[in-house]
Amino acid sequence: MAHAATNDYYIPHGSHWPILGSIGLSTLLGGFSAYLNGSDTGFSIMLVGLAITVVMMFGWFGTVINESESGTYNDQVDISFRYGMSWFILSEVMFFAAFFGALFYARVLSVPWLAGVDAYSLPTNELLWSGFEGIWPTNGPAGIGGTFEVMGAWGLPALNTIILLTSGVTVTIAHWGLKENNRTKLVLGLLATVALGFLFVGLQAVEYMHAYQEMNLTLGSGIYGSTFFMLTGFHGFHVTVGAIILTVILFRSMKGHFTPEHHFGFEGAAWYWHFVDVVWLGLFIFVYWL
Amino acid sequence: MKMMKRWLTSLGGVGLALAAASASAEWGLNMRQGVTPISQEVYSLHMTILWVCVAIGVVVFGAIFWSVMHHRKDKGAVPAKFHESTTVEIVWTVVPFLILISMAIPATKVLIAMENSSDSEMTVKVTGYQWKWQYEYQDSGIKFFSTLAKSTQDARNLDYQGDINEVEHYLLDVDNRLVLPTNTRIRFVITSNDVIHSWWVPDFGWKKDAIPGFINDAWALIEKPGVYRGQCAELCGRDHGYMPIVVEAMEPEKYQAWVKAQKAGLSAADAEAGKSWTKAELITKGENVYNANCAACHQANGKGLPGVFPAIAGSAIATGPKAGHIDIAMNGKAGTAMSAFKDQLSDLDMAAVLTYQRNAFGNDTGDAIQPSEIKAVR
Amino acid sequence: MSTATATHDEHHDHGPAPGLMRWITTTNHKDIGTLYLLFALLMFLIGGAMAMIIRAELFMPGLQVVDPMFFNQMTTVHALVMIFGGVMPAFTGLANWLIPIMIGGPDMALPRMNNWSFWILPFAFTMLLSTLFMSGGGPAAGWTIYPPLSLQMGDGFPFMIFSIHMMGVSSVMGAINVIVTIMNMRAPGMTLMKMPLFVWTWLITAYLLIATIPVLAGAVTMLLTDKFFGTSFFNAAGGGDPVMYQHIFWFFGHPEVYILILPAFGVVSQIIPTFARKPLFGYSSMVYATASIAFLSFIVWAHHMFTVGMPVAGELFFMYATMLIAVPTGVKVFNWVSTMWKGSMTFETPMLFAIAFVVLFTIGGFSGLMLAISPVDFQYHDTYFVVAHFHYVLVTGAIYSIMAATYYWLPKWTGNMYDERLGKIHFWVSTISVNVLFFPQHFLGLAGMPRRIPDYAPQFTEFNMISSIGGFVFGLSQLLFAYIVIKTIRGGEKATDKVWEGAEGLEWTLSSPPPYHSFTTAPEVK
Ligand code: HEA
Ligand code: HEA
Ligand code: HEC
Ligand code: CUA
Ligand SMILES: [Cu+2]
Repeated sequence: MAHAATNDYYIPHGSHWPILGSIGLSTLLGGFSAYLNGSDTGFSIMLVGLAITVVMMFGWFGTVINESESGTYNDQVDISFRYGMSWFILSEVMFFAAFFGALFYARVLSVPWLAGVDAYSLPTNELLWSGFEGIWPTNGPAGIGGTFEVMGAWGLPALNTIILLTSGVTVTIAHWGLKENNRTKLVLGLLATVALGFLFVGLQAVEYMHAYQEMNLTLGSGIYGSTFFMLTGFHGFHVTVGAIILTVILFRSMKGHFTPEHHFGFEGAAWYWHFVDVVWLGLFIFVYWL
Repeated sequence: MKMMKRWLTSLGGVGLALAAASASAEWGLNMRQGVTPISQEVYSLHMTILWVCVAIGVVVFGAIFWSVMHHRKDKGAVPAKFHESTTVEIVWTVVPFLILISMAIPATKVLIAMENSSDSEMTVKVTGYQWKWQYEYQDSGIKFFSTLAKSTQDARNLDYQGDINEVEHYLLDVDNRLVLPTNTRIRFVITSNDVIHSWWVPDFGWKKDAIPGFINDAWALIEKPGVYRGQCAELCGRDHGYMPIVVEAMEPEKYQAWVKAQKAGLSAADAEAGKSWTKAELITKGENVYNANCAACHQANGKGLPGVFPAIAGSAIATGPKAGHIDIAMNGKAGTAMSAFKDQLSDLDMAAVLTYQRNAFGNDTGDAIQPSEIKAVR
Repeated sequence: MSTATATHDEHHDHGPAPGLMRWITTTNHKDIGTLYLLFALLMFLIGGAMAMIIRAELFMPGLQVVDPMFFNQMTTVHALVMIFGGVMPAFTGLANWLIPIMIGGPDMALPRMNNWSFWILPFAFTMLLSTLFMSGGGPAAGWTIYPPLSLQMGDGFPFMIFSIHMMGVSSVMGAINVIVTIMNMRAPGMTLMKMPLFVWTWLITAYLLIATIPVLAGAVTMLLTDKFFGTSFFNAAGGGDPVMYQHIFWFFGHPEVYILILPAFGVVSQIIPTFARKPLFGYSSMVYATASIAFLSFIVWAHHMFTVGMPVAGELFFMYATMLIAVPTGVKVFNWVSTMWKGSMTFETPMLFAIAFVVLFTIGGFSGLMLAISPVDFQYHDTYFVVAHFHYVLVTGAIYSIMAATYYWLPKWTGNMYDERLGKIHFWVSTISVNVLFFPQHFLGLAGMPRRIPDYAPQFTEFNMISSIGGFVFGLSQLLFAYIVIKTIRGGEKATDKVWEGAEGLEWTLSSPPPYHSFTTAPEVK
């Protein structure tokens, strides 16, 4: 560590970042709500809230980074961070589980019931939706959103899979570099990871544009459109966040932060990155492929 | 305060009522046995588990009571030292488990019988609407809506001055009863037109949710003629509490006669719709249609509920071009409580209610909408 | 203790910052615990006031007090406020106060985040309650916010959704903090199987929170997109299903009810041994039972949905799984009884509440078991029988344990003894009235009164009146509770460090009130 370590478990002083965070978050969400209700000022309020939240994040994380670099955190604090991050990732997994659950439920239960092809179908199809065949992908018996084309798995999505998997490798290479105290390897590995991450997001944007403009596949395309965009959308959002985190880690690495022994910041980011990677595999298999 | 006075008088009644209650038949303490084979099985299952729970309760609470009485410091009790015993722990894991198994077996049997709706002799389709029920007899083609009776409709207001206890079957009465034959295996297929409702007649032993876009089913074999009352059992918005169900069960022969009479009535109504109506006729008729179908939301005075249901009085739509007005009433507005009334109202009723809306509550557009105009846009 | 470096201040002997900023910026587990507890008390009073409106309207048939739409809002917001604003923050407050001093740690593991967990809540609830004043009013579709009904809500809709998201963020952060603290901050020698049961139950509760709250967040996010962004998750016309919402909601919702009761089990397991002067019977089976309940809680959710039309196999599975929960719960009840058995009991207020908890919670458990029997639930479902069930487990369960905990630890927290005589009055008035309030609701439900209705047929009048009267008395007696707490905070007879003759555990080795920083040097646990 850069400075002498202490044996004390560090209990920080009072901090005003959390309260600022609460103000930012509620302004952001309140503004967004007003915007959704059609209010003109909603959007501006939302931007103000976003700005406050960003300031809070800079302030809070900045403080943590300074504390870390000045050797305030002992090994026990480091363990707390590790546990904290792992459980946070579990909570994220469960968030995605809700949407995967919706996908499976629709595919395995509700669509077959609406189409009357399930053993337990009752006369739902006969009395309400006769003629509906329920072949996945579907936008439902009423054809909500109009005819659409299905997103294939072997074009951009496959490329994106390769990109993300590669980025998983590069981040591991960076980690090796860090542990070997090979700074060049660390920085180059991270640089590659970040670049691949943003490339992924860019390609996904291209894919979305294609879907909306040429395939008539939108968020409003019935249950297929809903699950497709919500799952890939939230995933894309997480990739973006992960890539931003890794960018911060990249800058910190270039500034000489982290030691071969102590680099929780790096590892936390890497775990998060692996998590979005694994979620993508699930998406690729269940949303695009099968 | 008026309210206070009413409360106090009723409060005085409580004591008396309590004394009289044990004798009163209508005042149930327990689940009803009901009038179908299933409802009776459900009842006895209920009684069995109730008594099992009471028995376990007596043992557990008895033990607590005993130690509270005897193992207390002021009686000089000295604390024992024991704090575990594998044997008793195993016993009180295994014994409850066995008790549960003995409950699960009969429960499984009843459930399977309950869910087996095959071999039905007739089918009724039940559709929930905010806030009324529609019944369609799949075999005879009879269909009608069943709404809260007028007597309750008048008495259910915040400013009602009369005595609720004098309203006959307050809250549990409808304009059109669901008429069913006894000793017939009847299948119900249940769905909804807007939000989730639940069709429940306690005397049949079950309730089943009405899910928009899906069909659920259930069955009943009514053994005794009579009138059976129930209510919607799933929160479905403002008037969830005012969505009763009344079933009238009669002997099959009488039921057949009822079916005949209904069919005759239907063709008479058809003949009426063809003619041309005066504005005054339409308004009179429209007021009834309005009160039965629209007033629940838009209120009898047409003022709506601010923020929830818009006012018809002075509404830009109800005083604007006819086409827009007809459109919203026929097709509803997606994503709001305003549902499509196309399939709920006949051409005549629709014409009448729209004419009424265009001329009541100070909306004096002066125009009348004829049934033919409705027919044209169907 | 080695030397601290110059880059940060001395941190073991400073006191709290002065004034209001102390409370806003605090990172101290005791300050935050206090904030949580006071917030929970405030929410309990607000949610209770709404319950009083409900009971006033239901005093008589007919409409006297409120419009049905407002009634539905009261039912919904009452439940949301009580559950998310009352019970959950109260337990988190107890966790904050007690876990570090029970396991011999210096503070919670992540103190700054701890502050944020709390300080999100006042904002979230301001947002939720503000919907009551918006066009269209507050949420009125029940606390379960089932679509499509919930989608009919007015302008308040997105505010309600985001307030739930914020509560969720707060709960998840709080739960992470609890887990990390327990896993990482124990004093040397404090092995897992030596931890006080309150700590154990919270560890498991925190796990339930992390695994289920995000699922709720997902469910309400889908509501939001269904309303504003054209998705069809819960719309059959687009291939979705309104019932799908219920599955996702209850996947959260059922574990949630154990989130509301497991810490209560922990509290009672601390209090009963103290006043029976006898160690807890079957410590390790208590731990395993808690874990089994938590495990089972994930596979029983559809017992709330027996009437939605599931395949029979599904109904059977959920019935069996639900019934199984009676086994580990029974183990807990029997262990408590055995702890009292042949003890040397005294009956101070915390013990009275704890014993009442065991009895009345068990009554609620029995009705739960009855509800679990699927074919009979076709009758019970959505009636006052269910309302009676869950108020027995929530009010005389969760709330009673919180009151027991307050009386038990208040002298430790404040350094002052509460007024025992008033405490006993509070107990007896509450316990009699709460039964007058909720017991008749069993009969109402069996006799056929649906829940969530503002008005009922006249044959239900008598029991509703009795219930309402019980409700008003119970409500008033909670004002006494608030008075006792405030009085004790402000002064009173000084409490000793150990407070209770039979108390055991590290928290009683500290002074009353404990120093601002609890265990700066970790105690040695034999
Ligand atoms: C703290 C909260 C809490 C707790 C602990 C419980 C505990 C239980 N609950 Fe309850 N429940 C709720 C809160 C809770 N519930 C709420 C809020 C709702 C309504 C939600 C809504 O719709 O709004 C609800 C609804 C609800 C339903 C749905 C009813 C319906 O809507 O139709 C069911 C059905 O199975 C159920 C079952 C159970 C069971 C089996 C238990 C078991 O855990 C109970 C186990 C305990 C015992 C059985 C007693 C002790 C045991 C013994 C002494 C051993 C021997 C006993 C036997 C062998 C019988 N609950
Ligand atoms: C922890 C949770 C919790 C708690 C503590 C309570 C506490 C109470 N509940 Fe609640 N309740 C629920 C959770 C809870 N409830 C849930 C989940 C539902 C289901 C909602 C739904 O259907 O969606 C529900 C629904 C519900 C209903 C059914 C409503 C309906 O179906 O329409 C009723 C009716 O009696 C009720 C009553 C009460 C009462 C009288 C109390 C009392 O214990 C409250 C006592 C407290 C006070 C009264 C506060 C202190 C006093 C004051 C602030 C001063 C004012 C006092 C007077 C004027 C006397 N509750
Ligand atoms: C279940 C509640 C409900 C019922 C019953 C109902 N409406 Fe509506 N109605 C609504 C709601 C909600 C709206 C507002 C829709 C919107 O947001 O634009 C509305 C809007 C309208 C409007 C447009 C008013 C305006 O100025 O925006 C008309 C006209 C109307 N309804 C006619 C009717 C008629 C005719 C009936 C009966 C045959 C009826 N409604 C029954 C809920 C209802
Ligand atoms: Cu329909 Cu409740
Ligand atoms: Cu449950």
